[in-house]
Amino acid sequence: MIRFAGDSGDGMQLTGDRFTSETAVFGNDLATLPDFPAEIRAPAGSLPGVSGFQVHFADHDILTPGDQPNVLVAMNPAALKVNIGDLAKGGTLIVNTDAFNDRNLQKAGYGSNPLEDGSLADFHVHEVALSSMTIEALKGIDLITSREAERSKNFFALGLMSWLYQRPVEGTLAFVEKKFAKRPEIAEANAKAFKAGWNYGETSEDFAVSYEIAPAKLEPGTYRQISGNTALTYGLIAASKLSGLPLFLGAYPITPASEVLEQLAYLKHFGVRTFQAEDEIAASGAALGAAFGGALGVTTSAGPGIVLKSETVGLAVTLELPLIVVDIQRAGPSTGMPTKPEQADLLMVMFGRNSESPVPVVAASTPAGCFHAAIEAVRIAIKYRTPVFLLSDAYLANGSEPWLIPEVGALADISTEFATEPNDGETFLPYRRDAETLARPWAIPGTPGLEHRIGGLEKEDETGNVSYDPENHDLMVRLRAAKVAGIAADIPELEVDDPDGAETLVLGWGSTYGAIGAAARRVRATGRNVATAHLNHLNPFPRNTGEVVRAYDKVLIPEINLGQLRMLVRAEFLVDAVGYNKVRGRPFRAAELEDAITALVDS
Amino acid sequence: MSGNGNGLVQLTAKDFKSDQEVRWCPGCGDYAILNVIQVFMPELGLSRERIVFVSGIGCAARFPYYMQTYGMHSIHGRAPAIATGLAVSRPDLSVWVVTGDGDALSIGGNHLIHSLRRNVNLKILLFNNKIYGLTKGQYSPTSELGKVTKSTPLGSLDHPFNPLSIAIGAEASFVARAIDTDKKGLTEVLGAAARHRGSAFVEILQNCNIYNDGAFDFVREEKGNRIYLQHAEPIRFGAEGEKGVVQEADGSARVVEAAAVDETTLLVHDAGQREPSLAFALSRITFETDGAVPLGVFRSVERPVYDDLMSEQLDAARETSGEGDLAALLHSGDTWTVA
Repeated sequence: MIRFAGDSGDGMQLTGDRFTSETAVFGNDLATLPDFPAEIRAPAGSLPGVSGFQVHFADHDILTPGDQPNVLVAMNPAALKVNIGDLAKGGTLIVNTDAFNDRNLQKAGYGSNPLEDGSLADFHVHEVALSSMTIEALKGIDLITSREAERSKNFFALGLMSWLYQRPVEGTLAFVEKKFAKRPEIAEANAKAFKAGWNYGETSEDFAVSYEIAPAKLEPGTYRQISGNTALTYGLIAASKLSGLPLFLGAYPITPASEVLEQLAYLKHFGVRTFQAEDEIAASGAALGAAFGGALGVTTSAGPGIVLKSETVGLAVTLELPLIVVDIQRAGPSTGMPTKPEQADLLMVMFGRNSESPVPVVAASTPAGCFHAAIEAVRIAIKYRTPVFLLSDAYLANGSEPWLIPEVGALADISTEFATEPNDGETFLPYRRDAETLARPWAIPGTPGLEHRIGGLEKEDETGNVSYDPENHDLMVRLRAAKVAGIAADIPELEVDDPDGAETLVLGWGSTYGAIGAAARRVRATGRNVATAHLNHLNPFPRNTGEVVRAYDKVLIPEINLGQLRMLVRAEFLVDAVGYNKVRGRPFRAAELEDAITALVDS
Repeated sequence: MSGNGNGLVQLTAKDFKSDQEVRWCPGCGDYAILNVIQVFMPELGLSRERIVFVSGIGCAARFPYYMQTYGMHSIHGRAPAIATGLAVSRPDLSVWVVTGDGDALSIGGNHLIHSLRRNVNLKILLFNNKIYGLTKGQYSPTSELGKVTKSTPLGSLDHPFNPLSIAIGAEASFVARAIDTDKKGLTEVLGAAARHRGSAFVEILQNCNIYNDGAFDFVREEKGNRIYLQHAEPIRFGAEGEKGVVQEADGSARVVEAAAVDETTLLVHDAGQREPSLAFALSRITFETDGAVPLGVFRSVERPVYDDLMSEQLDAARETSGEGDLAALLHSGDTWTVA
């Protein structure tokens, strides 16, 4: 497990990304955790400006980006200070000695130079003059300044790490050539720095051993590395193809969701219309307008934007039109910590609207899982003519893992049919429902004879005409609720992993999937029994959820919030579930969940 | 509805009346507007299913319920945003937005200006009655300063918006004004708006006989105060055409006695002027400033239409990259195979 850490301008995310790609192509299983500040360029050398990227890779399947890195690459004193607490005792520390000058030490708040004062005695410290060696290696490239040369030091570091772990280099060299095609001298510099780093590792006696981690045993097939946001983007594209509906995305830039807008904007040849709206409200409104016209309407945002979309979601509830609302959760309240993950929007998407306005909720649990979660959200929205919330978070969005690419032909058809004929003799009743799904017909403008008006006012059953009739309102409230509740019959049952007949169940949802799985493995390794289950549907719950939670003496629900799923489970099933809740803007560590589970099992 | 022999459907006003009972207050100006629009609709030459009315919230927003077309009564202020999504993804439709002064200029001000600057192919009809009617009589963003209403018993403190100045400031490509009871003027403006490709913004002065009766009597009743703008014609008005409009050195426009100035100095209206300054200057002529109100088409210029630009981008992308191939997309980037 390696963490690269440096200034936000040092290219740490790029370095981490490339190392990840090399590792993926090599065939290790992996998980990544980028950790960067919201500020685009925080003051150089300062603690808030530190940007990190952690890669966990192994010869077996892994579930999390890991708790404690074994190797830390620190590009400056601030990066060292922020990250050294996480480095495992006995771990390897590679520092850029050129950055350890008085000024940088002072900025990082070091009274004395940690490289000299013995405070790093617990670690294997490799002092490497990354900056000056990079500049030296690039002498002879005429067109770049020494300042530009120094900026290639991240590639020197990447080359060194690539040698240390014997990663394949061709991908990175090809990447550099393509990425910097417009400035061939920079491409040359980065490639040269990368090779110099590799050669330094090979020749320097400081690094006596290089590590070889064999490829993991993975299911046969073609793999790629994929992040949550990319998987979500591809899932939406796939859903558009599988449903036969053109994709319309209304979005307003917001971290960490902007990437989906940006990626979809590159995919117009799939018939995708991307609309960067004037605000979050217009983004969702336009998506709903497009849905009225027969498009697959999608709006993407994070919590601070989702609150603004509530009125549109409420309208979609009563219009009974499909609308996909993607909430890539981040730490709040309000602006909170824009780049940090949290799971605290669950109750908002469940209940954050006026009146009785039920909305199905689907949650992704792994980065690659965002692909199928997106298709599932679209399937439900189209089939039941309802808005659907799709939950991801900043950790899934930016984290990545290898993905067994699915066969397109094996993906299920989710197409629907628009209404084309009157459904009551000569008359068209826009709110006459399908007996099984309770969904109403989707009659799009342009269809002769089916002209009708819909709106936010309460509608008379079947005709859809405005109605203030008390009994009709009660009926419509119940019909909308029954329609959403009925989806439980159309989603998979909650699967339980309980190899040993445990008394304790750990129930999770969303991005805690990996940490819970890793923790359960460790607990089982100590001879204790524990069962796990993970919810991908939060509304409605899978139909056997009550049965599952009632079957265990003890139920633990770890969440990166103060107990939102726990509140729902307790309310719905009258089960005295307990929580493990930490809201730090970071994913759970497997170790802390291991402790929490162990304590409950032993209690 | 009957065929006209050439395969096209010949519709009448009756075809555009829905089966819903119209429920505005008796005497409301909205009745007159609804009637003019239903009579005008056949002129579009479109079958009913191709026409969509989208509204927000307010008295005017009930409008779609009464039209036998597709329609959506949506959320307060959001109609331009919702209609944008519909128009952009369905260029085959004729999309109309019906809004009011509170809906368009208070809660929905942002959506209005952005749809206008983008030049989305929408026809936006703003029924301006200078009051909140549905919520029973609070002042609106077009109410005059000092307006005494239920929410402003001591008089309002807000300087009002001039809807046309806002639209022109947002560089709307088509801007016009008409009066609810002026069948001829309103029909002409609707026709011009419908023929215009891109956003067309029409302010319709509408009387609320319950909460703001007589707000526009100075131009609704006193026809001599109407300045009918005619493209390429000198601007003259009054019972005998005795008044005119001149443009000052600072660019502003004002009403003059025609006899008092040289005929050649009268401003010649040019709705097609690219620079919005002239139309803006005309929008500043009000009853309060000049005792008269310009009506008709202030501005009508061609500008790239958002919907067209987006469709062109999709076509161009398909031309360069081919129709999107999902399997190829999923396999893009570095891949590796495990045997």
